[in-house]
Amino acid sequence: MSNHKKLEDFRQEIDKCVKCGACQAQCAVYKTLKRESTVARGKVAIAEALLDKDLPLNDRFVLDMSQCLLCGSCYDKCPNLVPTDEIVMAARREIAERQGLTTFGKVLTGVIKRPKLMETLVKGGQFFGPFLFKKIPDHSGLRLRFPVPFISQDRAIPEFSDQPFRSRYPELIPGDDDKPLVAFFTGCMINYTYPEVGEALVKVMRFMGFPLQIPQAQGCCGLPALAAGDEETVDLLADANVDAFAADKAEVVVTACASCHAGIGKHYRDMGGDYAVLGDKVVDVLKFLVDNGLVEKLQQLNHKDYKGETLRVTYHDPCHLRTQGITAEPRALLRALPGVEFVEMEGADRCCGLGGTFSVYHYDTSRKIGSRKADGIAASQADVVASACPGCMMQLQDSIQHAGLPQRVSHVLQLIAECLPE
Amino acid sequence: MLAPRVIRLLEDIVGSEQVTTDSTDMLCYSYDATQQTFLPDAVVFPENAEQVSLIMKMANVENIPVFPRGAGSGFTGGSLPTKGGVVLVTSRMDRIIEIDEDNLVATVQPGVVTEQFQQAVEKVGLFYPPDPASLKFSTLGGNAAECAGGPRCVKYGVTKDYILGLQVVTPQGDIIRTGGATMKGVVGYDLTKLMVGSEGTLGIITELIIKLLPLPEAKKTMLIMFNSIDGAAQAVSAIIRGKIIPTTLEFMDAATIDCVRKATDMELPEQAQAVLIVEVDGDADLIEKQAKRILEIVQPLGVVATRVAITAAESEDIWKVRRSVSASLRNVNPDKFNEDICVPRSKVPEMIRKVDLIAQKYDIPIVNFGHAGDGNIHVNIMIDSKVADQAERAEKAIKEVFAGALALGGTMSGEHGVGNTKAPYIPMELDPAAVAYMKAIKQALDPKNVLNPGKILLEDLETIEQAKQAN
Repeated sequence: MSNHKKLEDFRQEIDKCVKCGACQAQCAVYKTLKRESTVARGKVAIAEALLDKDLPLNDRFVLDMSQCLLCGSCYDKCPNLVPTDEIVMAARREIAERQGLTTFGKVLTGVIKRPKLMETLVKGGQFFGPFLFKKIPDHSGLRLRFPVPFISQDRAIPEFSDQPFRSRYPELIPGDDDKPLVAFFTGCMINYTYPEVGEALVKVMRFMGFPLQIPQAQGCCGLPALAAGDEETVDLLADANVDAFAADKAEVVVTACASCHAGIGKHYRDMGGDYAVLGDKVVDVLKFLVDNGLVEKLQQLNHKDYKGETLRVTYHDPCHLRTQGITAEPRALLRALPGVEFVEMEGADRCCGLGGTFSVYHYDTSRKIGSRKADGIAASQADVVASACPGCMMQLQDSIQHAGLPQRVSHVLQLIAECLPE
Repeated sequence: MLAPRVIRLLEDIVGSEQVTTDSTDMLCYSYDATQQTFLPDAVVFPENAEQVSLIMKMANVENIPVFPRGAGSGFTGGSLPTKGGVVLVTSRMDRIIEIDEDNLVATVQPGVVTEQFQQAVEKVGLFYPPDPASLKFSTLGGNAAECAGGPRCVKYGVTKDYILGLQVVTPQGDIIRTGGATMKGVVGYDLTKLMVGSEGTLGIITELIIKLLPLPEAKKTMLIMFNSIDGAAQAVSAIIRGKIIPTTLEFMDAATIDCVRKATDMELPEQAQAVLIVEVDGDADLIEKQAKRILEIVQPLGVVATRVAITAAESEDIWKVRRSVSASLRNVNPDKFNEDICVPRSKVPEMIRKVDLIAQKYDIPIVNFGHAGDGNIHVNIMIDSKVADQAERAEKAIKEVFAGALALGGTMSGEHGVGNTKAPYIPMELDPAAVAYMKAIKQALDPKNVLNPGKILLEDLETIEQAKQAN
């Protein structure tokens, strides 16, 4: 039996949509394209028509279902809580199942399963070094995030690290005897492209005294595959992660990537069984730190500990944390940092426009959404844009670059780590 | 089906990218918040008045109905393509053209979303009061076409009170201007007022000149709980009689409070049988006085508890109670008929009692909340359409609710409009001569009946009545 719900299983949720149109106020894609087929109630209507056989599963259907950031904002503000993001993912699975792996599937998984082709493509790519993907395992979500032939030449892509984060540390980093063990799910982007975020997490956890376990056998959370409708790969990855964390005595698994937080948290819980056991342990690291008193500890830090002048910092809400109600914690930490002046930017809660694979297929739309974000960043006059998701960080960097802005992008953890004594 | 020639003509006018006949798009522009569906034959996205004008001229030559649409969030079917034809969407005309701080007026295109406009004017210390519940997504063009209201209308009036002038494309395709940017103007008929609330049947609004106010300095929100609906209703009259007009005076009846209680963790004591949410705005010291006075006035009328917001967050908490109503209603029954009758303020308690009797008679839950301050009550008839004969009983109940409101000197719609859903009930409220007068206007301006046909005034009311009875 499949671990994933079919589109048909969402009948009841689809029926709950009363077409009020409130989703129009939430959807970044709709606000950019202004077509009814891009907004939640349109997608729900299209999905229902497919189930009723009023519409065929054609290229248009694939296009419509691809035009979703899966950010969950529409669900968050829906008066009837229609889970359009889940309905879209189920529709994508339906596409994969009925047509074999098409647009999403064929392109994405095709690249994954043929590393030779990958290497050839990589050699032709202008943004990636020729050896880039040799460093990344076949099933990493990064291959889904950056299918080379489709990446716009224009996109700013972070450098891939020579030494992945997880290979830099032993499985267990000891801490204080009286502190419980905490496990760290790194996710692909921290492991391969933003190891410095992982480094910062290690430093902060050390400061707090928590022993840290970094299971070496962990892999991609599976969110990119889930977004692509590729059930098989999701199950494969989820099984590997369940095994990797099973031996672990840690009762808490922290993530520092909002997307992974949704991937191994919410989605594993939805899958039930052993997956849910792991999913239930997942906590965003910033929430974990606030719950364990880091704000108070930061407030006690001497200002002299911070090297440098007063930093003006603003914060971008990753959708995958915002829709889980995690908005106050990152701000509380930033406010508590010595030498940091926190400022809100306009539209802090608006999606950055990445949406994983969305930005690959719809880079123009993604960039338009990003440019609106850049307007808010510019107006905030901050020195640093902080966030809590490497995906957002990459997109924010891209938007800032295109707008010619001076800001630097940083994970909240990095700013905290900078303030801590060596 | 439209002839390929007609589609080519549309493409010539707006460009091929801005015309669609794809069956997916037909589905996506077939509905609004009434949940009725009518498939159009084509959808067009014009970007200026000239294009709209050419479309209407072509529609007259080819005899094709055209249905203007903003955000498709109406509650009476005003934008639905009830006869196929062309849906004309205003989403590309979404620019705020000017905010004139010297004259306190703004010029906008019809596709601007109401909240975005409000935020833009508030940035420069100005204020656009009309606040329909859909303001986060509905458009100013749609608001004007329906003459939208909202909670703040008690003190500030409705959309028509803020529209100074319009650019309109007539049903036959002429581009005209009505009114203007001046505060006074009496030359010719007041076509602005005729257009506002005409539900897109007399012209398509392509530009609006809007009156603005200075943004009030502060506001204060209070939640007042009463042990009876009578107490709450008397409180409304008492506050108004006390020469205070609050910004908002929202009420919720016992059934509504019950829904909110079940759906949220908000503290609402069992004795609370009715709730008023009262907000005052203006100079900081003035509103303190007003708030105090209001609490004194209502105290003898069976107040169970009060909550006065001091911070913005506390005010937000109070409004959350009101906003959670709509979603929590689903716990009563999955489907609802959302009617918006309006009666003279003093008749609110009597109307509520009537509605209770109707609910008992037809054995259907009816939940009432709304804008008590201006007598506008949202009567929500909650049914499960899958259960046999519930829809039928609801129809009968609705008719009695309308009759009840009319008997009290009220109207069957305060702010949602007529569209196609209320069109069959028009003869209950308007006498035949008034209907004939309206029909004469429509026929003179739109002799071929190509602009939003079948809305407000059915071409043949008798036929529809017969059809309803035959069902």
